[in-house]
Amino acid sequence: MGWLDVLSWISILAGLFFILVGSIGLIRFPDVYTRLHAAGMTDTMGAGLVLIGLSFQAGLTLITVRLLMIWAFLLFTSPIATHALARAALHGKVEPIQVDLAGGDP
Amino acid sequence: MFAVAAIGVGVGMTLAMVRALLGPTLYDRVLALNTFGTKTVLLIAVLGFLDGRPEFLDLALVYALINFIGTIAVLKYFEFGDLGRASPTRTGGRT
Repeated sequence: MGWLDVLSWISILAGLFFILVGSIGLIRFPDVYTRLHAAGMTDTMGAGLVLIGLSFQAGLTLITVRLLMIWAFLLFTSPIATHALARAALHGKVEPIQVDLAGGDP
Repeated sequence: MFAVAAIGVGVGMTLAMVRALLGPTLYDRVLALNTFGTKTVLLIAVLGFLDGRPEFLDLALVYALINFIGTIAVLKYFEFGDLGRASPTRTGGRT
């Protein structure tokens, strides 16, 4: 087990950690705007680390180029989809949860 | 290693599908399906490595494209109620 395998293991396990944390946040957060945050965590860190771990396994080949293409595509489309979803939810009259920081009842 | 990655991504997909089934509003369901699609891309890539056939990465790339277009199309339809209408400023609008 060379050092590339060790790097690959670490990257994939860290990516799985981010994916699971994002999924748990998707279940537990209170409204759609906070759930967007959890989903964005999955899209950037989780997918990026898993794809980088896979590219450590593939070496300097065309497979790595494809993995980097998938990663770059997710990096561009994830904020666009998140922004479109937040705008659509705001136009669709979904009110964000307001918390009164002064200590009164929300 | 790849089996562990596949199982982890599968657990994440299950949790996203729970949110898609529970979700109180439409936008929760769309968000959960978008996340589900991203995890499906990862699962296809990992399964390609698990099977020893990394050609599956092409399928993952195509799936990422279709997932993004589908999400944007569904959101545009539910925001404007129409998919193909031209904007009023571009067609003149006052005739």
